[in-house]
Amino acid sequence: MPPDDNEIIRVLVVDDEPGIRSGIIRVLDKFQIDFPYLERQVHFEVSEVDTGEAALEILHTTPPDIILLDNVLPGIQGTDLLKIISDRKLDIVVVMITSHASLDMAVNATRLGAFDFISKPFTPAELRSSMETIAKHLFLLRITRSMTREGRQIRYQFLSMLSHELKAPINAIEGYLMMIRNKEFGASVDEYQEIVDRSIQRVKGMRHLIMDLLDLTRIGSDTRPRTLENVNLSQIVALSIDTLRPYAIQKDIAIKLHAPDAIEMLADAKEIEIIFNNLISNAIKYNRDGGQVTINLSDNAGRITISVADTGIGISEEDQQKLFKEFVRLKNPKARDVNGSGLGLSIVKKIVELNGGVIQVRSEPDVGSEFLVELNKSQAQGAQ
Amino acid sequence: MEKKKVVLLVDDDPDYLFQIKMYVEKMGFEVHSCTGQKEAEEYLAGSRPDLCLFDLMMENDDSGFILCYKAKRLYPDLPVIIATAVASETGMSFESFVEGGSQSWIKADKYLEKGLRADQLHREIEKLLKL
Repeated sequence: MPPDDNEIIRVLVVDDEPGIRSGIIRVLDKFQIDFPYLERQVHFEVSEVDTGEAALEILHTTPPDIILLDNVLPGIQGTDLLKIISDRKLDIVVVMITSHASLDMAVNATRLGAFDFISKPFTPAELRSSMETIAKHLFLLRITRSMTREGRQIRYQFLSMLSHELKAPINAIEGYLMMIRNKEFGASVDEYQEIVDRSIQRVKGMRHLIMDLLDLTRIGSDTRPRTLENVNLSQIVALSIDTLRPYAIQKDIAIKLHAPDAIEMLADAKEIEIIFNNLISNAIKYNRDGGQVTINLSDNAGRITISVADTGIGISEEDQQKLFKEFVRLKNPKARDVNGSGLGLSIVKKIVELNGGVIQVRSEPDVGSEFLVELNKSQAQGAQ
Repeated sequence: MEKKKVVLLVDDDPDYLFQIKMYVEKMGFEVHSCTGQKEAEEYLAGSRPDLCLFDLMMENDDSGFILCYKAKRLYPDLPVIIATAVASETGMSFESFVEGGSQSWIKADKYLEKGLRADQLHREIEKLLKL
């Protein structure tokens, strides 16, 4: 639905009394409703018919948003029309105009989905107030729908990116296997050493992606309930450094940790581990050989700060904007051989936010990057 | 001997680039390879290849399209193939890209799914070069 469409609500008046029809048109023609919080104004576009049959025809061609429906009509009755609308699951708000409102009729009409009743004779103010309620209802409905659509759009983008990321290594590995099968480089196994190594690299990358993907889907979902307890961040970071040290040694990178013996907070230990693992392994991966990774942990009156800084290739201003989005692996030629899933930082961001914290990056190309995480010591959001 | 025709290969996946380069060279072409849109643009500014083979998703998810547009503006007759691993499983197809999206102004000469056999690729290249 184009945004302009949001501002006009189409109303069909179905009544056999010409006076009622023209009266409604007069009142609604100049009537505007402001939704200041939405920066929107709503106008009504009113059309009229005198029978239920004529209304049916319009339902086929240009269904309105609202029908103001007289119950007593010459041909088919108001409630009959209401039944047709509800049977066809038409997306129309129906307001019954009743002169001799009986309880039976009201109950029947409500069951058939009538949204409101206006009893004859009504004042312009009564009509306006009723229309205002309906307009709000319609508006919220439309907004909810467009949000659902956007949600779907995001999921769709995620899926197509994911399938791209999964297919790329499969294509590469398949390509290498074909080369081996066709003996492209001759009969000696030695000639294939490099492409076998590359294939193994791609398999590793894919495994990494799958693990990250599992992490990402688990965060905030019910599949893995969070266990919030008092965890010692200093202990978890030390563990994380131990796990990653072999990679640091390969690149001759020194890891320096500045942390008090204990920084405690209420959190899920697994989540905190994911934060450290991602930030530290990035700091190693995107570092220069012989570089340094500096980790600082501090607790300032309940606000915990984690800083992970490297001496690596850095991130341009433009790329910093994209950094936390899914599947963004920044295309720095200097990082060509780095195998990343493109999910690590979006996972970290999700976890940090789940814990009521914020993550920031400061970086200078060819000098290094620093990732700063701030967490609330006392209470993790979304705690169950 | 006739001078070899030049194929410009652009793909951000170094393995894919390596493989296709090998096959295209085997077909008897000279290959110039680039790993991204920017690098390819620089190359195109200085030389006109005989055919281009672009990956779709590189720096951005539509880099191949942008590159195609720019290449065609420089050399309107230059044949361009866009290849991708975009999955038909997700319902995403070139058709939806080309018709529905903002990319409707892009006209590549051929769209190919990655994972194509070398002989199929060879046929497509020869068709476009009218060999």
